[in-house]
Amino acid sequence: MTLARCDDIATADPPDRAAAARRLSLWLGLALLATMTASLATGAAGASLWAALGDLAQGRPLSRMDETILWSIRLPRTLMGALVGAALATSGAVMQGLFRNPLADPGLVGVSAGAGLGAISAIVLGGALPAGAMALAGAHLVPLAAFAGSWATTLLLYRVSTRGGRTSVATMLLAGIALAALAMALSGLMIHAADDQQLRDLTFWQLGSLAGATWGKLLASAPIILLALMGAPFLARGLNALALGEAAAGHLGVPVQRVKNLAVLSVAAATGAAVAVSGGIGFVGIVVPHLLRLASGPDHRMLLPNAALLGASLLLGADMISRTIIAPAELPIGIVTAILGAPVFLWILLRRRMVVDL
Amino acid sequence: MRRILVTLGALVLAASAAAEPAQRIVSIGGAITEIVYQLGQQDRLVARDTTSIYPEAALELPDVGYVRALSPEGVLSMAPDLVLAEADAGPPATLDVLREARTPLALIPDSPTAAGIVEKIDAVGAALGAEAEADALAASVAAQLARAAARAGAVPEAGRKRVLFVLSGQGGRILAAGRNNEAATVIEMAGAINALDGFEGYKPVSDEAIVQAAPDAILMMTRGGEAMIDDATLFALPAIAATPAGENRAVIRMGGQYLLGFGPRTAQAVQDLADALYGKEADDTGAL
Repeated sequence: MTLARCDDIATADPPDRAAAARRLSLWLGLALLATMTASLATGAAGASLWAALGDLAQGRPLSRMDETILWSIRLPRTLMGALVGAALATSGAVMQGLFRNPLADPGLVGVSAGAGLGAISAIVLGGALPAGAMALAGAHLVPLAAFAGSWATTLLLYRVSTRGGRTSVATMLLAGIALAALAMALSGLMIHAADDQQLRDLTFWQLGSLAGATWGKLLASAPIILLALMGAPFLARGLNALALGEAAAGHLGVPVQRVKNLAVLSVAAATGAAVAVSGGIGFVGIVVPHLLRLASGPDHRMLLPNAALLGASLLLGADMISRTIIAPAELPIGIVTAILGAPVFLWILLRRRMVVDL
Repeated sequence: MRRILVTLGALVLAASAAAEPAQRIVSIGGAITEIVYQLGQQDRLVARDTTSIYPEAALELPDVGYVRALSPEGVLSMAPDLVLAEADAGPPATLDVLREARTPLALIPDSPTAAGIVEKIDAVGAALGAEAEADALAASVAAQLARAAARAGAVPEAGRKRVLFVLSGQGGRILAAGRNNEAATVIEMAGAINALDGFEGYKPVSDEAIVQAAPDAILMMTRGGEAMIDDATLFALPAIAATPAGENRAVIRMGGQYLLGFGPRTAQAVQDLADALYGKEADDTGAL
């Protein structure tokens, strides 16, 4: 059944496919609204979204408990989940377009590893900072350091792979793997220096979680992620042309170097901000673009916005599982995305091979 | 008129709630939960954290997660009127949300020393409004700790045994205790010498460092009553085999929370460790 559908899509006319992709966007948008509502309505505590909305509509004040749970916990968490999911999925799609490699992922070129190094350093060395600096950075120290790490890695990567104003994608891929290894080794050094309590913090940070979502963190990360998300559609034509190869794209009049610069910048910003607030959440960046390419083809003009919508819905779904399955405790969301994502990814690979073999 | 009555009623309720001691308590931290039970206040508990595993009855309570990774909604879903938490409970964002929700939060100081245990008991007692019970428990625990300290002080300098605390030894890689950690403190409280002091906390150590440390005994934790590494495997490790402890096959195993929890049972754990190292005391004053 699915096989036949994949076949249809592969042979469908481009206009049909564009219309299908637009219909898909509509459905994905509706699905995101539904997941966001569900996310606001679900949780360990019994606070009811509907009762609270009813109270508000009739001008009654909310109870303090409802207000805290809905306004201070669930709403920022839901918005953060949607933003992080969108950022991870879009970054994955952009990176795969940039490298013309369906396996590319911010994790692959060291951007996530650099962010991780920043966060781990902050957790381990934070206590050694002068009291003034601690007071200034406070609870934002870890997110800020993660962000700094992803930017530093991206800049370094860029310096290494750019010669005479031209960036070599192959060099960048290889340099990224080397930088990721270096960042992980330095993280290992930090882990070795960590004390018992820091080690536990590190473990939970590495597994990823949206549990720390607060309005403060949301306001700090949202502008960066939104900027990167809104910039992504402008890359779509360039990435489409790049699929033909850099030389061919150049002949088509695409400003190849500028597209590459912007793509790298947007991935660094979105991934850095996402990792900073939520830790290591895997598989969204790779599963979402693949699912969408199967459903509506590789055109980045539809792929990028659809990836943002689907990534947001999927991460919110995973987060709902993470905070209800062992309530009142919580399962780190990175575990949920990996358990759900890895089999789906394998399934996609098997499907693709069948389609290709046919 | 009706509105005024309702408001008045709410005010009276709020006032009585403030005066009445908390009845729905979430206890975060193994030692704190133990103290609550020792004070006989367990009926007021509605939830615990993952590290609260003693007494066994505590396992029946819902688990709100690991002490450093609490979820705010998880804790609030228990509708607590008091959260008793170790000072290092977190993450900070969760504590902020609890404060925002006006959930009374009592942070209990947590220093892994003999004096720290008494301080912890007093703080829990004050938070529960059970000062009399806490005073009695603190006095008895302080007396036990003093007995243990006297016994440790009586061990002659030359006769002090060297003890190596092994946290884990998976695949032959030994993770051991250096200075400034719970295990090192307990070893010293029992009148022994922590065999490794070249680093802080718990770290993987080289075989050579273990041979050089020359421990007279190996100290390990049990998990759920099970040894994590059996004697045969432990003494087959070349580094361990070459030490005095290896030659005498001297290994002491104790429950992790009992040995390192710094709660009301620590004095007894220290006495047990001293018994294992130096033999039972001749007179009975040290026994509980």
